[in-house]
Amino acid sequence: MSEPVLEIRKLCVDYGLGDEAVHAVRDVDLTLHRGEVLGLAGESGSGKSTLAYGLTRLLPPPGVISGGEVIYHPVDGPPVDVLSLSPARLRDFRWAETSIVFQGAMNSLNPVHKVSTQLLDVIRAHEPGTTRAARLARARDLLRLVGIAADRLDSYPHQLSGGMRQRVMIAMALALEPQVVIMDEPTTALDVVMQRQILGQLAELRERLGFAVLFITHDLSLLVEFSDRIAIMYGGRIVEEAPAGELYRRALHPYTDGLLHSFPALRGPRRELTGIPGSPPDLRAMPTGCAFHPRCPRAFTPCDAELPLLGPPGDDDPGRAVACWLHPAAAAVPR
Amino acid sequence: MSIPTSSIEQVIPKQGAMAQPSAAARRRRWRFVANGKAATGLALVAGYLLLAVIGPWIAPYEPDARSNELLQPPSAQHWFGTTHLGQDVFSQILVGARGVMLVGLTAGVVATVLSVLVGVTAGYLGGLSDDTLSALSNVFLVIPALPLIIIVTSTITDAGDLVVALVIGLTSWAWGARVLRAQTLSLRRRDYVEAARATGESTWRIIGFEILPNLTAVIASGFVGTVIFAVMSEITLAFIGISSVSSWNWGTILFWAQSQQALAQGAWWWFVPAGLAIALLGTALALINFGIDEFVSPRLRSAGRARVRTADGHVVRMRVGFTPVLARPATLPPPRPRPEVVTPQRKEADR
Repeated sequence: MSEPVLEIRKLCVDYGLGDEAVHAVRDVDLTLHRGEVLGLAGESGSGKSTLAYGLTRLLPPPGVISGGEVIYHPVDGPPVDVLSLSPARLRDFRWAETSIVFQGAMNSLNPVHKVSTQLLDVIRAHEPGTTRAARLARARDLLRLVGIAADRLDSYPHQLSGGMRQRVMIAMALALEPQVVIMDEPTTALDVVMQRQILGQLAELRERLGFAVLFITHDLSLLVEFSDRIAIMYGGRIVEEAPAGELYRRALHPYTDGLLHSFPALRGPRRELTGIPGSPPDLRAMPTGCAFHPRCPRAFTPCDAELPLLGPPGDDDPGRAVACWLHPAAAAVPR
Repeated sequence: MSIPTSSIEQVIPKQGAMAQPSAAARRRRWRFVANGKAATGLALVAGYLLLAVIGPWIAPYEPDARSNELLQPPSAQHWFGTTHLGQDVFSQILVGARGVMLVGLTAGVVATVLSVLVGVTAGYLGGLSDDTLSALSNVFLVIPALPLIIIVTSTITDAGDLVVALVIGLTSWAWGARVLRAQTLSLRRRDYVEAARATGESTWRIIGFEILPNLTAVIASGFVGTVIFAVMSEITLAFIGISSVSSWNWGTILFWAQSQQALAQGAWWWFVPAGLAIALLGTALALINFGIDEFVSPRLRSAGRARVRTADGHVVRMRVGFTPVLARPATLPPPRPRPEVVTPQRKEADR
């Protein structure tokens, strides 16, 4: 596997302070390698978006990071600890090194400014030395990159369709050629045709520009196809991490299994659609032990008492990790 | 976080979730009072209301009664001193509270009812009724309230508190109506209102059930604002000597203090208590207003700590885009055993 570009270690994110704090993300370890697409899936409220905003330090109050490290490895130069950057350096760091495409990005464009104004603004803020002509040329290139005609630069957001606006947002995210692009459900509001088109384009762009993508979605079927590796979140923790194909073929965690049985496969033998009974846990009153045990069809003795830790499933493949007592090697460090 | 409580119970019946609803409901009910600002404001206003009711009974002297102790500074007999006629200032303040509160609240209620009627109707119905009602409130907006009150009260020979209250209430609703109209305009096209309309609910039910609850905060703060305005107007009227001299309010005290040049005579006890009483009432009402704002819009809530100590020892304000990194407190679950990660990079990154 190639070298890491973003390392998340034991990241904890809370909402609120002191005793009232809700621990939305707990002890998350995740490594994004250079040029790969890492999918992050889970139900609503499992902490996917909180994790993404936490690691970029974009959480609005009362969100706080209560522990852990986020290490970014630039192409050249020493690694950067994102969590200890000063506000000024954080501003420089963002967009230039890691950019983010937001949930509902279509509404992130300012309706009273032209697309060009909004695109040029970014470039000017981060590279004040450039001339206007150079910036304009760059903006044209960016639009062409995402498959929009360059004369669309003078349109207002309302003159573009939803898919085009989404692509403008992606172009904006790529404006400074970041190494990491975080996409928070970028295609959720689009129809499947547009979804497919944009994802195809994204895959192509990644080939060409070589950035890494952290792709957040609750649509696991999308990830299986699109991403290299997939991490599944539940109740603020990562419960399984595996290469996309292996995860699809052989899910180890019952929760992953439930997710995979919540959508039909296009090919292959018919299988029962089961879904997952119950609803996600209340983060204020988490179940003891494994957070998934009240809903787990295969829960047994240690599940409600002891928390399984994320680790390699032991038997074979080293690229995987799972946090489940069914694979006790994973929980090699019982208390 | 946005998980309904009921669904939690279904999932984790063993987690003691059953005990939650009553506690949560109790917390919700008292949340407004739990806000420090609102609680202070409510307590102060409650104190004033109590004075308004029992003031005349507990006053130690008749407010008009003269005595031989002229212009005495505060003492055990006269807590707030006496006037140039030997009247007890403390008694005057106590007796005056009733008039002030009566006028303030009556005018507030009248103006609020009028502004809701005019504003919401204009905003929701639109069209000709909107034009007419908007024109009406614009007219009332440009009528200078205080001169009108002066004229009205001087025309009516024995203008009591109630007349003053009604005049203030009838002239000060227009601003609230404009605000409510604007807010209603933005609410009436929301999806849930459209849905109510589509299911055939009557106009009045839509206004009463879908729109008015969303306007509660605007109405409440409008009410509080009008009360402040009414109190100030009434005191101004009394201070410039317009309202009847037979009844006492804090403005009357100030009127006499001014006309007898209390300041020049060094009789500070004559005007300071009345002034403080007015200021404190205004503060209390403003605090309630802040409380309502924070109750309705949690973003404004400054309850809890807005400043936190970060891992590198600074104390920073929490703000969007610069999420603070906390030093790990001891109250968190103990860190599970893990291989110690030595990060030589960190030193370099700190440079």
